[in-house]
Amino acid sequence: MDSNSKYILRTKDLKAYYVLDDLGKKKTVKAVDNVNLNIRKNEIYGIAGESGCGKTSLMKTLYAFIKPPLRLMDGQVLYYRDGEEFDIYSLSKEERRKLRWEYIAYIPQGAMSIFNPVIKIEDTYRDFLNSHLSGKTKDEIFEIAREHIKQLGLPMKVLNSYPHQLSGGMRQRVAIALAALLKPAVIFADEPTTALDVVVQRGVVQLLKDIQKGLENTIILVTHDMGIHANITDRLVIMYAGKIIEEAETVEIFENPIHPYTKYLINSLPRFGDRGTRASAPGNPPSLANLPSGCAFHPRCPFKMDICEEKIPELSEQGNEHMVACWLTSEGVG
Amino acid sequence: MQALIKVNQLTKEFVLGNILSREKILAVDQVSFEIKPAEIFTLAGESGCGKTTVARMLLGFEEPTAGEIIYSKESPKKEKRVWFTQGIQAVFQNPFETFNPLRKVDSYLFETLYNYKLAADREEAVEIINSKLESVGLSFDEVSGKYPSEFSGGQLQRISITRALLTDPALLLADEPVSMVDASIRMSIVNLFKRLKEELGMSILYITHDLATAYYLGGQIAIMFRGNIMESGPVEKVLMEPKHPYTKLLRESIPEADPAKKWTDRISISELEYEEYLRKGCKFAGRCPEVMEKCKNQAPDTLLIDDVSVKCHLYCNS
Repeated sequence: MDSNSKYILRTKDLKAYYVLDDLGKKKTVKAVDNVNLNIRKNEIYGIAGESGCGKTSLMKTLYAFIKPPLRLMDGQVLYYRDGEEFDIYSLSKEERRKLRWEYIAYIPQGAMSIFNPVIKIEDTYRDFLNSHLSGKTKDEIFEIAREHIKQLGLPMKVLNSYPHQLSGGMRQRVAIALAALLKPAVIFADEPTTALDVVVQRGVVQLLKDIQKGLENTIILVTHDMGIHANITDRLVIMYAGKIIEEAETVEIFENPIHPYTKYLINSLPRFGDRGTRASAPGNPPSLANLPSGCAFHPRCPFKMDICEEKIPELSEQGNEHMVACWLTSEGVG
Repeated sequence: MQALIKVNQLTKEFVLGNILSREKILAVDQVSFEIKPAEIFTLAGESGCGKTTVARMLLGFEEPTAGEIIYSKESPKKEKRVWFTQGIQAVFQNPFETFNPLRKVDSYLFETLYNYKLAADREEAVEIINSKLESVGLSFDEVSGKYPSEFSGGQLQRISITRALLTDPALLLADEPVSMVDASIRMSIVNLFKRLKEELGMSILYITHDLATAYYLGGQIAIMFRGNIMESGPVEKVLMEPKHPYTKLLRESIPEADPAKKWTDRISISELEYEEYLRKGCKFAGRCPEVMEKCKNQAPDTLLIDDVSVKCHLYCNS
C-alpha cells in the first residue's frame, strides 16, 4: 500500500506474553496485549504508563529483542524501509543483527550499566564501529568518533575517560550519542531521563531533540514522566495493564484527555501557580499476572458501569485522530 | 513562634582521595535553618547537593564536623537518643529497601511500639496500630501477617509512614518519599503529608528534588547546591519569583505538564561534581549565566531581601 509510506513502524494485533511455569502450572502474564501502533516518520513518539504496565516489554517486542519467558504470541511488527514493509520477526538472526544500530537502535533503561567498565569510551566506539563498518583504520575510526562527539556538543574528554569517571547524566548522553552514531531511522529510548537530576534531564531532552532534528528520524520515547512527554513528544500513547488505552497528538491528550485514567494521570500533576487539591486515582495499579475482568481499570474507575466488568473496550476514534478505549465513549452501549 | 528544631552553622566535611592525595570537601557548609511547629519545610536540590547528609545528621546517623542542632532548646546527646528519636521519625526513599523481605511488615510496627514502651501488650498495640493505619488509608487486617512482597510500592510507603507516626513525632523527616512511587498514586502520599500537618499539627521536613510537589505542599523552602543553601524563604516567593540564578535554572528545568511550555533556550551541564565542591568562590560560578569576576574568588554572604535569604553577589551591593 502506498499510503503506508508515512509510517515507519506499524504493529498488527501484537501480543507478547510472559509464559511462566509455576510449580507445574502454566501462568501467562499478558505484558503486551493486542497492541496496534502506527508510528510515523520524523516524529518523537511517546509511550507513557506506570511501572509494570508493560511499556518496556512492548519496546523489547518492537525491537525484536525478546527472550524467554517473554514470547511473541501473535501479531506482526512491520518496519518500512526502501519502499517496502517487512516483518522483523520474519528476518533471520543475521539479518536482524545487521538491522540493529544501522536501522533501529535501542537505548536501554539504566544506560549506566551498558558500557564495558574496563575500557575507555573511545575503545567502546572502536568496538562498535568495527563490527558495523568494515575496512576502516584505527585513526579513521577515532576521527569519526571525535567528529560525532563534537557534533553533539559533548566534551571531547569523554572519549579518553573510563565509564566510572563520567557522571550519570554524561554516561546517559554518551549512550544516546552511540545509539545515534550510525544514523538509524528509528531510535528507541527506554526511560532515558529517569534517575537523573532535573537540570541533567533537560540536557538529555535537549540532546534527543537535537538528534531527531539532525537525522529527521523517529524516536520512540518510553517514560512515566508526563512532564517529559509534554516537553518533547509529538504523539503520545497511554498504556495501562498491557493495553493501549488512549492515543493522540501530545497537545490534544494534554488539552482533552478522555480516558478516566489519563485524566487522573494529567490532572494529578502539581502545577506552579495553582495549589488546588490534586487527587490521585484511587486504589493501586493491577498486577499483570492477575488482571481484573473486562476493562482493567474498572476497579479504580469512578465512572464504572456494568459492561466495564464484563467486556474489554476496543480503541475507537473520537475525532482529531484521538483514539480511546473506554466504554464511556464507545458507541452502541446500552 | 518558638522553633521546633534549629540548625545552626551545620557543617560536614568528607575526605576524598587516597593517602597520597587528599582533598577535603564540605558536603554541608554552614547550613542554618529552623522548622516551626506545624510547618512543612522543604529542602530541595539535585543529587549530591548535601540534602541527605543534612537529614542523616538530624537523625544522628552522622556526626557533624561543626555546628549544632538544637531540638526544642536541647542538643541531642547520645544518652538522649530515645527521647530524641521519639520526637523525630523518618521515612526513606525506597519502600522496597525499607523493609526486610523475609520479615512480616507488621513486626516492624509492633517492634516500634515495644521499643518505645508505648504499648503494654499485644491487644493495646493492635489498637494503636490500627488507628494509625486508618489515618493513612489502610487497616490492620490488610497488613497483618503479610510480607513486603505482597504490597505495592505505594502501600509499603504508607506502612513506612505509619511506622513513623506510631511515636507521635513532632517532626517527620521524609527523604524523597515519593520518587519511587507510581505516578498515579504519588499525589495520595503528598496529600497525606498535607493532612498530617493540618490535622495533627505535625512538622514535616520534606527532602526532595521535585519542586512541583514542594510548591504544592507550601510552607518554607531552602534550595541547596553543593553543600550551601543558595536561597530560602516562603515557597510562594522562592519558586514563583526566584532571585538566585541557580533557583531560576532549577525552576526552568522542571518539565511542566503543558505542551505549550516547552523548553527553548539551551543550558550547560556540570561535568564534574567534585570540582564544583572544591570551587573557592560561589559554587555555582562555573555555570552561572550572570557570573562576575568576584564570584570566582569570594564566597557571597547570605542576605535577607524581602523575607527571602539569598546567597549571591548580585544582591550584595544593593
